[in-house]
Amino acid sequence: MIFENLAEKLQNTFTNLKRRGKLTEKDVELALKEVRLALLEADVNYKVVKTFTEKVRTRAVGEEVLKSLTPAQQVIKIVYDELTALMGGSTAQLDLSHSPSVIMLVGLQGAGKTTTAGKLAKSIKEKGRKPLLVACDIYRPAAIKQLQVVGSQVGVEVFSLEGQKPTTIAQAAYKYSNQNGFDVLIIDTAGRLHIDDELMQELVDLKKILSPQELFFVADAMTGQDAVNVADSFNQRLDITGVILTKLDGDARGGAALSIREVVGKPIKYASFGEKLDSLEPFHPDRMASRILGMGDLGTILEKAQQAIDEKEAAKLVQKLTTDDFNLEDFYDQMQQMKKMGPLNQLLEMVPGMNKLKGQADLGAAEKEMQQIEAIINSMTQKERRQPDIIDASRKRRIACGSGVKVQDVNKLLKQFSETKKLMKQFGGLSGKGKGNRIRMPFFK
Amino acid sequence: MGFFDKLVNGLNKTRNQLVKQIQSVLKGKSLSPELFEELEEILISADIGVGSTMEIIENLKLRCAKEKITSGDEVEEILKDEMAKLLGEKEQLKPAPTTPWVIMVVGVNGVGKTTTIGKLAAKFGEEGKKVILAAGDTFRAAAAEQLEIWAKRSKAQLIRHEEGSDPAAVAYDAVQAAKNRKADILIIDTAGRLHTKTNLMEELKKIRRVISREIENAPQDVLLVLDATTGQNGLNQAKVFKEATEVNGIVLTKLDGTSKGGIVIAIKKELSLPVKLIGVGEGIEDLQEFDPKDFVNALFSK
Ligand SMILES: Nc1nc2c(ncn2[C@@H]2O[C@H](COP(=O)(O)OP(=O)(O)O)[C@@H](O)[C@H]2O)c(=O)[nH]1
Ligand SMILES: [Mg+2]
Repeated sequence: MIFENLAEKLQNTFTNLKRRGKLTEKDVELALKEVRLALLEADVNYKVVKTFTEKVRTRAVGEEVLKSLTPAQQVIKIVYDELTALMGGSTAQLDLSHSPSVIMLVGLQGAGKTTTAGKLAKSIKEKGRKPLLVACDIYRPAAIKQLQVVGSQVGVEVFSLEGQKPTTIAQAAYKYSNQNGFDVLIIDTAGRLHIDDELMQELVDLKKILSPQELFFVADAMTGQDAVNVADSFNQRLDITGVILTKLDGDARGGAALSIREVVGKPIKYASFGEKLDSLEPFHPDRMASRILGMGDLGTILEKAQQAIDEKEAAKLVQKLTTDDFNLEDFYDQMQQMKKMGPLNQLLEMVPGMNKLKGQADLGAAEKEMQQIEAIINSMTQKERRQPDIIDASRKRRIACGSGVKVQDVNKLLKQFSETKKLMKQFGGLSGKGKGNRIRMPFFK
Repeated sequence: MGFFDKLVNGLNKTRNQLVKQIQSVLKGKSLSPELFEELEEILISADIGVGSTMEIIENLKLRCAKEKITSGDEVEEILKDEMAKLLGEKEQLKPAPTTPWVIMVVGVNGVGKTTTIGKLAAKFGEEGKKVILAAGDTFRAAAAEQLEIWAKRSKAQLIRHEEGSDPAAVAYDAVQAAKNRKADILIIDTAGRLHTKTNLMEELKKIRRVISREIENAPQDVLLVLDATTGQNGLNQAKVFKEATEVNGIVLTKLDGTSKGGIVIAIKKELSLPVKLIGVGEGIEDLQEFDPKDFVNALFSK
């Protein structure tokens, strides 16, 4: 169930291939098989996978393998570049130029429309505007109440009319906003199954009345192959202006993002990472690309790091992480920084190569283990921390004694450390030096 | 309308797209690698998953070779057979031997837990059972209100606390109420949570423990609600929820809204977790028992 990530798979595919020079058709064929699998396992639509792998094939065959890369990494680089390009350039801005500006949210049941409406209201309010939430889901039991609760949590008024049609509510809301100085309307609509023509027609009518500047299709990142059909039918009827992807706080690879972008041709504007009302972020194509490939995201981890530590320290950390003289002292520092950054599972998700630990590892136990590791390192001398190689049997006994653990625990830590170091070195040799503290991907410049 | 018709109706979309595709691929063709590749694509597009798809196709190839089948038309029966095989025998949601029968309902956000509970309550109510519902989703805004509306519709009793209170305490009170009021069935709603959130999964374990401590062998059923639009992540979900709460059955919802239903095959194959109920619409009567044979037959009926 926990898939190997594509990078590892390709490494394995290419283990016997030490040769340099150009990628041959056969190399590429072999690699593309794995790429195809990885994309399908990430829920990228199979048609999109087909055209995508074709594109990669054309580009990859005959391409020179860069000096610093293995053939596997070269292929991943191409795949990653193409994926990022496919998911679009920089994220577009919200169009709030009108008064009132109207933002309408549509999507399937449970996709996250109501929650997202609250999040949008919060961020728009923080921009100094005066948004009004409008409750047009009159079908789901307690939907209006839900929006009211969300509204009160973010301090934004909710407009609703008991027992009225959505179009009537919308018209009244429009009038109400004019009279009361609201300058952005956020319309929450009823969730639906796209085969439902009646409800779809209702949305079309709503759109006609409101002429929204933004009409977002809200999509669940866990959606499978069907995502494109749903998005496509919403787009055909409503000509959406963009997509908001929700529930990215889980471990879904989110291939739906790529599929929708490719088939519908509308940009993904926001990504939602939780139920809390401040978890809406602009969409980053490059991060999504690494996620779909299951390769972690050093970019995000560094941003998080920056919130906790200053930039210089972050740069130092990255430098250390990826160079040879990474020692137990750094390891200890790194653990302290990590504690500041947040819960382990979120971090693991973002560290390349660590992804597969997640889900296997019991993270509560992991946190406990971290405490033990801390205790062990605390019982070492500075010299031992800087040169773990000198730690012999008698030193181990002393350290174990001092930290109240068994000698095996000390051994385990040392082994783990040397493995981590190996892993980091593997990434480090290839990662983007010279880019200061921002490394986009483990393998590429 | 009989059960079968309903199922056929509900699965109309799936049948139309998946089966028509399969049939058009197979009709009048001779067996070739391209044909198998096309079949593979169709199965994958139904969210059956790469693993299960490969297995089905491999078995199909083997059997075609063994049974000396050369025309595409004959492949349909075999394909049907292979898909049914992966789904296994029918497994129903059966009343517990002792009362109260406690059913706990879990799943990620937005899959339709509360709606499923509403439909279940209505069904049991019609059978003359005394039903209590516990509003264990104390997190999402207005979740308890939503369940309350369903409780009224089905004349079930509702146990609820304030928003933000401890769901285990709700479960405890509900269990006491079920015992004191001699209810037949207690259904416990829980807040949607992503399976990756360890602390929230711990909370579920706690709810389960509270129930087991108060009533022997309870909860007799733990149902994981999965949305049929879910892709491969559904497998991760099922795996983690099963480990945490001893899920013993799946409810597959929104099967009418999507053109695919293949995820059930992957779930059964990878986790041997049976689908027990399916949701094929938004009405109270749209919660159906899941029968693998009917399911496959409905998929292939013309
Ligand atoms: N974990 C997580 N849950 C979310 C996210 N967005 C929405 N939800 C949850 O998904 C469920 C459905 O959301 P809701 O806004 O009611 O969906 P709607 O039916 O489209 O209005 C609720 O339980 C929300 O709390 C997200 O980004 N992450
Ligand atoms: Mg809603």
